Amino acid sequence: MNPGELEAPDIEWVALSPSLIVFGAAVIGVLIEAFAPRRARYPAEVAVSALALAGAFAAVVGLAADGRAGSEAQIAGMGALAVDGPALFLQGIILLVGLVSVFLFAERRLEPAGHGGPVDSFAAQPAAVPGGQAEREAVRAGHTTTEIFPLLLFAVGGMLLFPMANDLLVLFIALEVLSLPLYLLCALARRRRLLSQEAAVKYFLLGAFASAFLLFGITMLYGYAGTLSYAGIADVVAGRPAVMEPGLASTMGNDALLLIGGAMVTMGLLFKVGAVPFHMWTPDVYQGAPTPVTGFMAAATKVAAFGALLRLLYVVLPGMRWDWEPVLWGVAIASMVAGAVIAITQTDVKRLLAYSSIAHAGFILSGALAVSEDGVSSVLFYLAAYSFVTLGAFAVVTLVRDAGGEATHLSKWAGLGRRSPLLAAVFALFLLAFAGIPLTSGFAGKFAVFRAAADAGAMGLVIVGVLASAIAAFFYIRVIVLMFFSEPKADGPSVVIPSPLTMSVVGLAAAVTVVLGVAPQYFLDLANDAGVFVR
Amino acid sequence: MSFPLLTATALTPAIGAIATAAVPAARRTAAKWLALLFSLATVGFAAAVLLRFDTGAGADRFQLTESRSWIEDFGVRYELGVDGIGAVMIALTAVLLPFLIGAGWNDADEAEHEAANRRWRPTQGFFALMLMVEAMVIMSFAATDIFLFYIFFEAMLIPMYFLVGGFGDRAGELDEEGQSRQRSYAAVKFLLYNLAGGLIMLAAVIGLYVATADQLGTGTFSLQAILQARASGELDLATGTERWLFLGFFLAFAVKAPLWPLHTWLPNAMGEATAPVAVLITAVVDKVGTFAMLRFCLGLFPEASDWATPVVLVLALISIIYGALLALGQRDMKRLIAYASVSHFGFIVLGVFAMTSQGQSGATLYMINHGIATAALMLVAGFLISRRGSRLIADYGGVQKTAPVLAGTFLIGGLATLSLPGTGPFVSEFLVLVGTFSRYETVGVIACAGIVLAALYVLVLYQRTMTGPVKAGLEKLPDLRVRELAGGAPLIGLLIFLGVYPKPLTDIVNPAVEHTLSDVDQTDPAPHVVPEVEAAE
Repeated sequence: MNPGELEAPDIEWVALSPSLIVFGAAVIGVLIEAFAPRRARYPAEVAVSALALAGAFAAVVGLAADGRAGSEAQIAGMGALAVDGPALFLQGIILLVGLVSVFLFAERRLEPAGHGGPVDSFAAQPAAVPGGQAEREAVRAGHTTTEIFPLLLFAVGGMLLFPMANDLLVLFIALEVLSLPLYLLCALARRRRLLSQEAAVKYFLLGAFASAFLLFGITMLYGYAGTLSYAGIADVVAGRPAVMEPGLASTMGNDALLLIGGAMVTMGLLFKVGAVPFHMWTPDVYQGAPTPVTGFMAAATKVAAFGALLRLLYVVLPGMRWDWEPVLWGVAIASMVAGAVIAITQTDVKRLLAYSSIAHAGFILSGALAVSEDGVSSVLFYLAAYSFVTLGAFAVVTLVRDAGGEATHLSKWAGLGRRSPLLAAVFALFLLAFAGIPLTSGFAGKFAVFRAAADAGAMGLVIVGVLASAIAAFFYIRVIVLMFFSEPKADGPSVVIPSPLTMSVVGLAAAVTVVLGVAPQYFLDLANDAGVFVR
Repeated sequence: MSFPLLTATALTPAIGAIATAAVPAARRTAAKWLALLFSLATVGFAAAVLLRFDTGAGADRFQLTESRSWIEDFGVRYELGVDGIGAVMIALTAVLLPFLIGAGWNDADEAEHEAANRRWRPTQGFFALMLMVEAMVIMSFAATDIFLFYIFFEAMLIPMYFLVGGFGDRAGELDEEGQSRQRSYAAVKFLLYNLAGGLIMLAAVIGLYVATADQLGTGTFSLQAILQARASGELDLATGTERWLFLGFFLAFAVKAPLWPLHTWLPNAMGEATAPVAVLITAVVDKVGTFAMLRFCLGLFPEASDWATPVVLVLALISIIYGALLALGQRDMKRLIAYASVSHFGFIVLGVFAMTSQGQSGATLYMINHGIATAALMLVAGFLISRRGSRLIADYGGVQKTAPVLAGTFLIGGLATLSLPGTGPFVSEFLVLVGTFSRYETVGVIACAGIVLAALYVLVLYQRTMTGPVKAGLEKLPDLRVRELAGGAPLIGLLIFLGVYPKPLTDIVNPAVEHTLSDVDQTDPAPHVVPEVEAAE
């Protein structure tokens, strides 16, 4: 392209409205922090965030109703963003998860109220040294950190872009936009602040590595194909570039650039997904982060990252299928087996859920490897089912508390079923869904991905998958045994009665889990209609 | 569309479960009566199923069929239908449940005393879970869609697991901690064995879908559609594929049935559970395993079934002999009955895989009779255990002097278990042996050793507990109460009736067996021997 003739960018405002709404609201949130009086910030932030996410969700529904998930799918933003079925479907999930997470973030009945009013689970004054004088004063004054809401919105905005990214540079920017607020949010726990800060530093350092890998991979792919756009790279991989230039002709044959570049970009995404061997951060971060953040991150990041990974594999690198497939087979098997086996030895419920999320990353990957329309829609469905179960499970974790805050050590959960049968039953439902017991959403999802994998001839993955499921079932069941069949301890934790905010989250998650398990047809249809990537 | 009778039969206990669970904590007697009421209503529906079932020549194989779309994307339909085997199995389940509820009338009360707060409602939970299991078992007997069957086959583990783990038998307890740990160990072992088997079956279910999608164009789970496609030659699984799929299905059923060497969860679970729950496991839930071998393993994979028959027969023989020998060696009454069940399941599997009409109708009758006989024996044993507070055989002696009615009922239950002529199990065991002998003589001869051993373990059990001098602590043992007698007597009546006049059952079962045999392309080797059976009665 001649640098002299700079085109004015042509932006499809309507097609991009979901992410624009969210980013706009995030900016408004920052302005509220700057200008609104302290007292007004909490209600204003909650209202803005909830309205923005609900509005963006409505916009997604509107776009889908417009047929943009199917026949009207388009490439927007001058080739940088794709508005198609998978993108819209995943955006819908991310927005719902984000909306529900706002409720969890806004919960203020769990911690004992400070002098200045009720407080949430986030640090009173994040800048204060843990345990220091400044912190004691901030806690006594009942300060709260309402910045969490704009941070959440920015993270959601980045996640909305991530599965849409149709250009490697946009992919990278979206990754950073979603990651940076998450690093911050991880560090903001009100209790056990050192653990929380440690988690954030680990997440940040490893995340920075992953970003660096991704960026390095992008430069190599650019060096190989001379373009950053997905379609352009795919054309070059297929050996028929749109414009043949002398420079391109000399790099095109260089498969080393393509292989290393593709591998590095994939690595960056697998890190976000939390697949073995890029999973090391998961348990520490899940454990240290404030539980509402863990729930949000576990659910939404996985959705966004799988969306980006799917688009990369299906749009950019289908021509390289025979190169990446064996490697990702290995990653999927390692994730399923390692996640399930290591989870058995865990004694902390948040770490347990972290390892279980690694195993689930393996299950989802086995569907993604099918490289078929069925594969895409099964992954979409699985993500929808999984994200709500995860969110619900972490919401329950926020409610089981003793004097030291959340009681996450498993020994403290003994006999919970006798003290609070209803809550324990709901948590048991989530665990059974994780385990993939029929009549829960987890089973429908698992069946969908395994069927897609089997259809694509990957019976080996399916067999490893069911064996890993059997191992995983063991530790889910162990928690149920602990809750229902162990004698309650005298000094055990109690279940705090939350505000309607958290209750609605748990209720919604339980309802989705049952509905997707018993009558999944409508949602499977949705996922099927959304199974085609635009090129 | 006609009245969906099968759905109603399965739905009644499910609704009953929800209603029972919703009864407030203070009204636990009301919960018990409500549960009993719903289980009796289920008996009514099951009776209607039997009455509506057409046994005439030329009647459809699957009757009372219902078909609705459910998860089209998976090729799954809500398809119900029963052949004669399914119909009698549903009847067995429905008939047993009121007895189990009656026998377990006060079983959850003990847990009630420990309840730390009023939101924990063990009684309501106990009966709701029982009804839930019943609903799921009936669904799996009625499902003709393989996926639908699988869902209930797996899902019934969850309520069952809570029944075993949550409401253990508190007899023979040494210390509070040790006992409850053993119980949850039994519950987890039960769940993991069955879940692992089920997940392997899931792989096979998916494999079957892929295979049908390959050859028929669209994947289907409908048993009838697959049978038709196979008969017309449209569907012809490759030998290797068929064998792998068979193994996947068979493994799950063999865990459930349970067949040696996958049986080890049964003694734990039956030993630790309360007597009614133990009966629920062995008489009702486990029957789904043998029933599914008959319906799915043979029907879907005839060639592979034929291929696997020698191994399965050997496993069945080992189960028969090994289960009986271990039963002889037990010191714990409930574990003894559990090992006896292992032995009996060996007979059922033997009958199924003998591939003769006598063998298979014998196996079906065996499922019914074993269910009733074990229920009678186990429930009376449970009454005895709850009186003395011990499961150990050595703690008993001379019971027939202090509690003659109890001892008498126990004896009849025991005699039925050892297949005394004149009781139902004799007919079925004889049929199984004749059916096996006519094709595999050696196997039939070896299996006969199981009969001798059964006589041994039952009579030794009776002799040690009921006869001889009255053991210390048993002098004032109360005899059966009216509630307990009302539970035991009809079962014994039923056993004797089926022993003398099994014709109503065989009439329903035989056509279904003929169909199953023609699915496997097998015919009886010897002339029909049914007249001899009637002579033997």
